[in-house]
Amino acid sequence: MPELTYRDALRTTLVEEMDRDPAVLLMGEDIGLYQGTFRVTADLLDRYGPRRVIDTPISELGFIGAAIGMAMLGLRPIVEVMTWNFSLLALDQIVNNAAKLRYFSGGQAEAPLVIRGPNGAGVQLSAQHSQSLEATYGHFPGLVVAAPATPAEAKGLLRTAIRGKDPVILLENAALYGMKGDVPDGDFAIPFGKAEVVRQGEDATIVAYSRMLHVALASSERLANEGIDAEVINLRTLRPFDIETVAASVRRTHHAVVVQEQWKPFGTAAEIVASIYEQVFDDLDAPVERVTGADVPMPYARNLELLAVPHEEDIIRAVKKTLHRA
Amino acid sequence: MREPSRTRERGAVQLNRERAPAALRDAVRWYRAMLVARRFEEEAERAFRRGKIGGYLHVYSGQEAVAAGWLAELRADDIFFTAYRDHAYALFRGSSPDAVMAELFGKATGLAKGKGGSMHLFDVARGFYGGYGIVGGHLPLATGAAYALRYRATDRVCLCFLGDGAMNTGAFHEAVNMAGVWGREGFCPLVYIVENNQYGMGTSVERSSALTNLAARFGAYAIDHERADGMDFVAVRALAARIISQVRLSGRPYAVELLTSRFAGHGAADLFQPYRSKEEIAKAKGRDPVLVLEHQLREAGLLSEAEVKRAHDDAVRIVQDAVQFAEASPEPEPGALFTDIYGAP
Repeated sequence: MPELTYRDALRTTLVEEMDRDPAVLLMGEDIGLYQGTFRVTADLLDRYGPRRVIDTPISELGFIGAAIGMAMLGLRPIVEVMTWNFSLLALDQIVNNAAKLRYFSGGQAEAPLVIRGPNGAGVQLSAQHSQSLEATYGHFPGLVVAAPATPAEAKGLLRTAIRGKDPVILLENAALYGMKGDVPDGDFAIPFGKAEVVRQGEDATIVAYSRMLHVALASSERLANEGIDAEVINLRTLRPFDIETVAASVRRTHHAVVVQEQWKPFGTAAEIVASIYEQVFDDLDAPVERVTGADVPMPYARNLELLAVPHEEDIIRAVKKTLHRA
Repeated sequence: MREPSRTRERGAVQLNRERAPAALRDAVRWYRAMLVARRFEEEAERAFRRGKIGGYLHVYSGQEAVAAGWLAELRADDIFFTAYRDHAYALFRGSSPDAVMAELFGKATGLAKGKGGSMHLFDVARGFYGGYGIVGGHLPLATGAAYALRYRATDRVCLCFLGDGAMNTGAFHEAVNMAGVWGREGFCPLVYIVENNQYGMGTSVERSSALTNLAARFGAYAIDHERADGMDFVAVRALAARIISQVRLSGRPYAVELLTSRFAGHGAADLFQPYRSKEEIAKAKGRDPVLVLEHQLREAGLLSEAEVKRAHDDAVRIVQDAVQFAEASPEPEPGALFTDIYGAP
């Protein structure tokens, strides 16, 4: 099993799928000649030519809509959004066309496309370029929302997305592109709606995804030093979201903390917490805690930015609170 | 085509089919189809008032020559997209009037199983890729679909019908610019057909478009374009034949603005039309595309009085049958609520 970066895991998967299926093509801003803002598509223009690696104008609405039209005709477009922030320009296409086509056509049409790119805060990108939009997209029936946290997941979830029949929102994370990890060879794929217990523990369940998984894992090591044995669950996909794995864990630990980078109101954690209450309320020994980003537009100043995103200390504090350990 | 024996009917003029101009070949069939579409819309409006059709209802009356003219020239394996005023396109493309009416009635036998309604007619097997309810939102889809046709190395073409109102959306500009770019390489076999009925809901082109020559706006994106009359089926069809064969060959997009009229309000709820005068509506109805074609066919000796009556009677019967079918059809099963959201794994 080779070690790859998250970026190369994505790129390798694109290459494998493009070699496998001529219907797969790439679109996005500066993915070709420029080699991609985060170099996920580096060299692919040379390899596949301009018909399959399409440098688009700066027209998110236009090219995401066009990709939906291509998908309706049987192609498998993979659209790169330079960051998910820019996808808001295409929200109507994603929400009103991609998500709903199958339904309002009575099953006659479908839009199997993948939209991928970095989601969440970077480093000093300020208010317009630091948003986490998983709750936005997770709201709409017809969409799949996946958020790989590791190189292996980047490969496995991207492959499932490309081979699936539905529009997939693939939320990558800029801070993870350089992360290295073991990535299985070949046709490795990860099904949607299957969470993974990344660390087993007895005392409390920490639920996280994407970059926050790594913050949660680091927190759990520090908690272990204090004699607290936390279980860490990586959701991997948010829609569908694997409540069974989360509920099974909480039944054993009786305590839960849910971590997200985005704003607290109406966020992903709210949905997960509500689902925990619905499924295993009687198994809980304490209220479920949420660890979230600060409810502010992202500031530019580095010290303020650091205050706006969750850190290990925040998770440790939340776990101790739910365990009544000060 | 009809039987020559028709000439023996009482009161019938001597018909002269052998000497009919080429432009009118099988035009009687399209005259009959346009009549069916007109009766269909009238009956749909009645059904709306009876509470049988819910939601929004946008009828096509007055604009029939546009869809009929283009679809008469569209090959069976070609495709098209349109907005929400979409009933006539389905009928012209050969969808069963029963299934179209049943969709409007929200029945399981509808074209989209009762899940889309008036605004979301689809008949993908016939190349009809929908009916869309967000103004301008289907333009990017059609543009990408056209790319896909060339990507698969076919000579199929895509038509994208839009209203004058759609031209002020961002989707218009983004899609049309990409079409212009892709077209340079012959990779966008697409015709944008602007049906300029002069009103986006109640706001006129005059009041909403800085440049009122809508065809000219495509020039900003290096797309060849022209304006023409949209009330004359024969003329629209000739134009469509020329442009479709050109686009099929070149793979370059083309835009046509067709000047037409919406005889009814924007939707069934737009009863009083305070934004335009009765005189204006009456004047528009003075050039009814169905009557224009009827006149041409009679002048050419291709249609007798008896055939006109028969065509009217047939249209009434076809539409009545469709209403009866829709009324008698079952509602969708409750379980249908949760199907067609995701693809089967």
